[in-house]
Amino acid sequence: MKHYWRQFKSSYFLYSFRRDPVAVISFVILLLLILLSFSAPLIAPYDPYDTASIDIMDAEIPPAWMEEGNTAYLLGTDIQGRDLLSTIMYGMRVSVLIGCGAVILQAFIGIFIGLISGYAGGRLDAFLMRVADVQLSFSTMMVAILISAIFQVAFGVGKFEEMAVPLLVVIIGLAEWPQYARTVRASVLGEKKKEYVEAARVIGFGPLRIMFRHILPNTLSPVLVISTVQVANAVMSEAALSFLGLGMPVTKPSLGSLINSGFEYIFSGSWWITFFPGLLLVIFVLVINLLGDWLRDVLNPKLYKG
Amino acid sequence: MFAFSIKRISQALFVMLIISFIGFSIRQQIGDPVRDLVGIRVSVEEREILRDKLGLNDPFAVQYIRFLGNALKGDLGHSFFFKKPTLEVILSKAPATLELVFVSSLLIIFMSIPLGIFAAIRPRHWFSRFSMGASIVGVSIPVFLTAILLIYIFSVELQWLPSYGRGETVNIGGWQSGLLTWDGLQHLILPSIALSSIMLPLFIRLIRSEMMEVLQSEYIKFAWAKGLRRRRIWFIHAFKNTLLPVITVGGVQLGILIAYTILTETVFQWQGMGFMFLEAVERSDTSLLVAYMVVVGALFVVVNTIVDLIYGLVNPMVRVTGRK
Repeated sequence: MKHYWRQFKSSYFLYSFRRDPVAVISFVILLLLILLSFSAPLIAPYDPYDTASIDIMDAEIPPAWMEEGNTAYLLGTDIQGRDLLSTIMYGMRVSVLIGCGAVILQAFIGIFIGLISGYAGGRLDAFLMRVADVQLSFSTMMVAILISAIFQVAFGVGKFEEMAVPLLVVIIGLAEWPQYARTVRASVLGEKKKEYVEAARVIGFGPLRIMFRHILPNTLSPVLVISTVQVANAVMSEAALSFLGLGMPVTKPSLGSLINSGFEYIFSGSWWITFFPGLLLVIFVLVINLLGDWLRDVLNPKLYKG
Repeated sequence: MFAFSIKRISQALFVMLIISFIGFSIRQQIGDPVRDLVGIRVSVEEREILRDKLGLNDPFAVQYIRFLGNALKGDLGHSFFFKKPTLEVILSKAPATLELVFVSSLLIIFMSIPLGIFAAIRPRHWFSRFSMGASIVGVSIPVFLTAILLIYIFSVELQWLPSYGRGETVNIGGWQSGLLTWDGLQHLILPSIALSSIMLPLFIRLIRSEMMEVLQSEYIKFAWAKGLRRRRIWFIHAFKNTLLPVITVGGVQLGILIAYTILTETVFQWQGMGFMFLEAVERSDTSLLVAYMVVVGALFVVVNTIVDLIYGLVNPMVRVTGRK
């Protein structure tokens, strides 16, 4: 363990990270946001899920520094009288959870299909990649919206809202796997011709072992690069779905559903209900995108273009 | 070219077949055509008779073939809420969406080409750096937030522009157009800016990187050596070859704009297909939902096929290998 740590400390990876102020700042902000959101039950001033503590009379109080603001609610309250700061922290946690869950699922599907497709080649490859192409040409957003619309109608609104978190993970995972499949397949095609694969085959290892033990580790750096961007995409998709009312319910809001609930009140001047969750969402996604850009420059994998 | 076209078109038809199959299965699983046609007062026996008459008790395959046949004739079922054929409902909403997409595409094209070219030929200029930086921020802002921000600034605070609806429209042969009235154009400004904001950064980056790649190539160096004027090299020699990848990627991306119209239309209460689709979901109007899926699917497939064909036309290499 200590050996790995020393190796990491003297690596080019860490060196270029410390040389790039944008990457460092992005990383710090990202870490801060994740810490804040996951420690929400401990440090948030209120519990937005606890309906007993919410008073509708406290609704739409502006942030504390404004004239009608109340120091008890730093960022003001939303339309149901929930403390906005606490609600955002909890909402951020939901968004991050769904985003990461969706990325794990889509990576799982995508890597599996990409490996098989690249290794097997031939008709299976042509078919699987055609499916991926078609699905991508429909755009992940459209596919996600359609799947969640179908789920919503099939399960009914009540049941959908009950199981919203796992369902959203499945929806976004199903909508975005082609990215992974294409990336992995492209690097599998490159690795397949190399000697070590040949050697493994000569020793008599089965195709599954070669695929997962030998080729897979060598395809991971492009996977890592797209994973960062995919987390940002998944969080965006989740926000969009929730904004459309096809995602998290207002009682257990994510950032998207918070923005949605605040949107109607923007005309009466209550801008903060929409503004703060929106700002946080943008910062979160921006920071991940910047880190992804940096990672792509450092690892410099030959990403599948197109 | 002929063989290539046939191959692409048959592929498109195959995809349509799959989409229709998925749509049909959804309607079978969660929709109820009898409910779409009759009210609640009709008894169970009468419903059963109606089911028989409509052929809903036939085997799955038979019903699917019938569904396909009807779809080819333009009959995609009956909307439960509107009490009209679904295709009629969708077509009445289509002009709003298509106009929005059209204006946004124009905005994207006329903004991204100059910006992208400038960023490519003057990569160290402050303005290029600024637009590159702005584009990564732009990618990170979801389209509905841009839309809300625009509404807040221009409608709520400044009160310059209307925030919802299409305004006054003119009927041209069944096409409700908002492009011809001043009021309609005013209503169009904010939604089209919001919608184009999603693709603009992507296009600027795409044009910039392609153009920079072209500027590195041998023939451009030769053109410099020949002593051609700068403008000629940039705008005629280099730009032409930049366009090729931009057309293919761009064509597909403009198709994808249709997906984002759902978000934009919700924010602006724009009476288009996307808005209708979400209402259909809220009302559990399965037939309309499926019809929307089929129509939008067809739209995507047609756009992609045309883009592929154009690409095959301008780049013969694609026709031979069949891969981009």
